Amino acid sequence: MNEGDAIPELRVTPDRYLPHRYAGASGDFNPIHIDPEFAKNVGLPGSILHGLYSMAQVARAQTEAAGGDPGALRRLSVQFRGMGFPEQEIVVTGTVREVRDGVAVVETEAAQGENRIIRNAEAEIKLGG
Amino acid sequence: MDTSKVGKEYPAFEYEVGREKIREYANAVGESSPVHQDRDAAKAAGFRDVVAPPMFVVVYSAGAMGPAILDPELGINLMLMVHGGQEFVWGEPVCAGDTVTTKATLEDMYEKDGRKFYVFGSVSTNQDGQETARATWTNIVRGG
Repeated sequence: MNEGDAIPELRVTPDRYLPHRYAGASGDFNPIHIDPEFAKNVGLPGSILHGLYSMAQVARAQTEAAGGDPGALRRLSVQFRGMGFPEQEIVVTGTVREVRDGVAVVETEAAQGENRIIRNAEAEIKLGG
Repeated sequence: MDTSKVGKEYPAFEYEVGREKIREYANAVGESSPVHQDRDAAKAAGFRDVVAPPMFVVVYSAGAMGPAILDPELGINLMLMVHGGQEFVWGEPVCAGDTVTTKATLEDMYEKDGRKFYVFGSVSTNQDGQETARATWTNIVRGG
């Protein structure tokens, strides 16, 4: 992994029941993620993805770029912006900004089409470990 | 905005990490490596037991963050709250059988562009006193 390299793109399409499984796995049962009627009543177009699920996809893209070692990801900071929706493909992209002392700093984001749901994210990945 | 609560610390929350919970979480987020499923695969990769994906941090720290965000002294209006930003810094990997203790603190609060920002910090350590993760949680309340 060298400066300027793109990390392999990660693509995943969460199915319509994914937010239910993520709610169970994470313990976050906020109804805006699992009850479309509730979501509409508070002005959303429908159930939305958990932001931390989307962040987990950004994290997974970094781990996979590092060869799969779950200890490789040292730091990840993100900003949540657009809302993510089930049944739409998420694409995680990233570019290595610098490599220093065996750590790659990656600028990364997640988008569904034109809707950039995670922006200004920065990851630090330990290389070769 | 009353910022007198900045620095407030919340009670430590202890979480016991179960193997099936790691598997359930890994399956939900699509982490397909066998080290999140199989003890032998995890051991072969140098871990004590089935190892959690990094973002499992949200599972073991939720019990510490909930009471902070719901703190009546802060009066955060959850209906108007959005999760604005998040940072994790990872340390020692978390494996099945670990007990992870997380402490949350209100690190900052401020108003910007008519929105209120509540910034919480958390530090998680395992049963051996090793830091597993350190986090910054930024929540934004619109309008009120």
